[in-house]
Amino acid sequence: MATIDEVKAAEGSDEAPKYKVIGTRPIRHDGADKVTGRALYGADIKIKGMIFGAILRSPHAHANIKSIDTSKAEALPGVRAVATSADLPEPGDKIAELGEGAVVLNHLSSNNLARTKVLYKGHAVAAVAADNLHIAQEAASLIEVEYEVLPPVMDVLKAMSSDAPVLNPDVRTEEASTGEKGDKPTNVAKHIVFEKGDIEKGFADAKYVVEREFRTSTVHQGYIEPHVATVLWNNDGQITVWTPTQGTFSVRSQMAELLHVPLARVKVVPAEIGGGFGGKISVYLAPAAAVLSRKAGVPVQIVMDRADVLQATGPTPGSFIRIKMGVDADGRLTAAEAWMAYEAGGYPGSPIGAGAMCVFSCYDIPNGRVEGYDVCVNKPRTNAYRAPGATNAAFATETVVDELCEKLGMEPVEFRLLNASKEGTRRIDGVTYPRVGLVETLEAIKNSDHYKTPLTGKNQGRGIGSGFWFNAGLKSAVTVTVNTDGSVSLLEGSTDIGGSRTGIAMQFAEAMGLAAEDIKPAVVDTDSVGYTDVTGGSRVTYATGWAAYEAAQDLKRQIVARAAELWDVDPAQVSYEDGHVIGPDKSVCFKEIAMELSTTGEPLIARGVSNHNEPGGAFGTHLVDVEVDPDTGKVDILRYTAAQDCGTAIHPAYVEGQIQGGAVQGIGWGLNEEYWYDETGSMRNANFLDYRIPTCYDLPMIDAIIVEVPNPGHPYGVRGVGEVPIVPPPAALEAAIYDAVGVRLYELPMSPPRVLHELLKKES
Amino acid sequence: MPRLFIPPLLRPYCEGQEEVVVEGATVLEAVLSLDRQHSGVMERLCPEGKLRAGMSVTVDQNVTPRGLAQKVSPESEIHFLPAIGGG
Repeated sequence: MATIDEVKAAEGSDEAPKYKVIGTRPIRHDGADKVTGRALYGADIKIKGMIFGAILRSPHAHANIKSIDTSKAEALPGVRAVATSADLPEPGDKIAELGEGAVVLNHLSSNNLARTKVLYKGHAVAAVAADNLHIAQEAASLIEVEYEVLPPVMDVLKAMSSDAPVLNPDVRTEEASTGEKGDKPTNVAKHIVFEKGDIEKGFADAKYVVEREFRTSTVHQGYIEPHVATVLWNNDGQITVWTPTQGTFSVRSQMAELLHVPLARVKVVPAEIGGGFGGKISVYLAPAAAVLSRKAGVPVQIVMDRADVLQATGPTPGSFIRIKMGVDADGRLTAAEAWMAYEAGGYPGSPIGAGAMCVFSCYDIPNGRVEGYDVCVNKPRTNAYRAPGATNAAFATETVVDELCEKLGMEPVEFRLLNASKEGTRRIDGVTYPRVGLVETLEAIKNSDHYKTPLTGKNQGRGIGSGFWFNAGLKSAVTVTVNTDGSVSLLEGSTDIGGSRTGIAMQFAEAMGLAAEDIKPAVVDTDSVGYTDVTGGSRVTYATGWAAYEAAQDLKRQIVARAAELWDVDPAQVSYEDGHVIGPDKSVCFKEIAMELSTTGEPLIARGVSNHNEPGGAFGTHLVDVEVDPDTGKVDILRYTAAQDCGTAIHPAYVEGQIQGGAVQGIGWGLNEEYWYDETGSMRNANFLDYRIPTCYDLPMIDAIIVEVPNPGHPYGVRGVGEVPIVPPPAALEAAIYDAVGVRLYELPMSPPRVLHELLKKES
Repeated sequence: MPRLFIPPLLRPYCEGQEEVVVEGATVLEAVLSLDRQHSGVMERLCPEGKLRAGMSVTVDQNVTPRGLAQKVSPESEIHFLPAIGGG
């Protein structure tokens, strides 16, 4: 596992490395605290006078709330406050922009504390704060809720039928591009259409056409740390939230909107975060904790357990997808068509838009049509999960591609090289690509030792799959203070999930000609740094890194001006190069000038901001070998290699970690993970014993090949990394299973019972 | 002059065209130009002169954070697409 530069160095290349800090592997600044257990995560937060909250959750998947009686709970000794939706301000019909997307506040508010209906089992109905957790839980159980139970709608296609029970009376089908809305309540919240070329002619020109239907299950992000919120609503009206979140400023906005308070009255303090993957952007606990704190007059902490996390926080959607693709005799794609329905959960908002834009994103297709639907079902409201919507889509498309390759008698990698998207390729949605590296990832796989090593065992097979994600830019801010000893404190607002604070510090260090260890980065609260969007969309190393780069330029300007003043020379005669200030007759290193300037003038404080929008789309290609047990249907992974275009790898170890982690989550999605619902809409596997996430015992080492096609839209060529690697695994696994035992699987997960079922069907 | 790509469901209001050559130095001016050619499109694409919630504008390959205020060049392509969020 190495970057291109690292490989060249290992091979004795005399080509000078482009960077001094970027591309190295320094120890992470937060490493010691994390390996010794001293890092403070959400549940480690203890505030003086803090009491504990519990949530009463709906036992029904779909019901009207007729009444809520909290009197017995309030009378229990030790109970300090009880809250229901009546304690949250009426949200009206406002749509709030929260940085990475808009949200209907009525839906967000009702998702935190249900108003008139519960829309999934586990939906929060009321909250209690008490002197300890046991009293809070007992009190919650004393709250009497009268429900009118309604039939649940659990299947995306059934939810679309005209006679399906409607979850949200206010939802009408909105045509995405025109804004026109239907005239009656429905579960179909949005309809999207993309078209390119002449689809009928495209299929008429095809020699082979394959059309298949696919289903994918609801799966969860599976972050290890459950949701936690600790909130103090102070007597002076100031609200402080301590929470592990992907976006402190997003939490601040959500709290201000839901509680009808000014933004400046809300401070959000980030705890260390034990994973997010898109699932820790929406608020679930903080609004209830806030109103409980206001009533009780002391801080309130609420911690979810695993069942709460699985049943009540946003998973990624289950889906139904129909794909039709055609190729000519030479193997060139002539047309492609997709019909996609994604489950939104209880409230609208599935990632159908992204899914529809990703479904054919890896291919240059002259004629195409994509139709997508966002559909409400009685499951928790879906939320982002690494490349939201793309994995479902890639599973379907890549499986059809594999079948086309078989009909053509073409090697799948050669087919992809022939049809791969590249700079200038126009997607079905109309946008063309800038410089991208899909071809390079395919070539990296083709040249890998893995690809060149044949499989020899019985029931073994090999599969390949590619995937795409857009990446994001958005807003970031960085503030830098030069200390009197020449060390540097760097403040940022991007909560650090994958080692990003070190990646940010490295980009600042590179720009300043310093070492990564000279910089002390800190992720700080919303009162202490400029506005910063969420840690999501694979944007932090790109955007916050760019803000750090800008802070370095600001600092260099200040140092040059101050040095010129100190040395009594024209500023034009002073420059800053490679960690030194250079004047007409002297060169002084950063530390020396920092110490000198600290005694001769005002403090050196620099700032950098970014809001750039050229994040550079990213592609990955994965290769997997499996062995299938024909007696049980169990799939063992023998070898796995993932190649990904990462632009420039700032810290290669963290890039590899993202690729490996994403691939493992994609493998779990492909082989095991799924929400099991019974006929009442109750999840029957809401724990980590029965919801089967792969562990290190299930997997070989994931070999990561870092392909570096620098992004021209970043000072150091950075592309986002974190999301792409979850996209190809299910499709690559499907192809490998087919190669091993000759059965196709069109439904995820490809769990042992499902594989065995197909094997038995084939035998019979 | 910039080219504004027409989303499929809006094409019936633009005589079926997939793209329309427009005038303007910003996205908003481009949409106003489109509306002069095909009356009523503005209200569907950008009601009250604002980008509709859940929509984004892509200019020259990249989603712009400046929305309708984004400057465009005579060579620009303008696309209206669903807003997306990452994980």
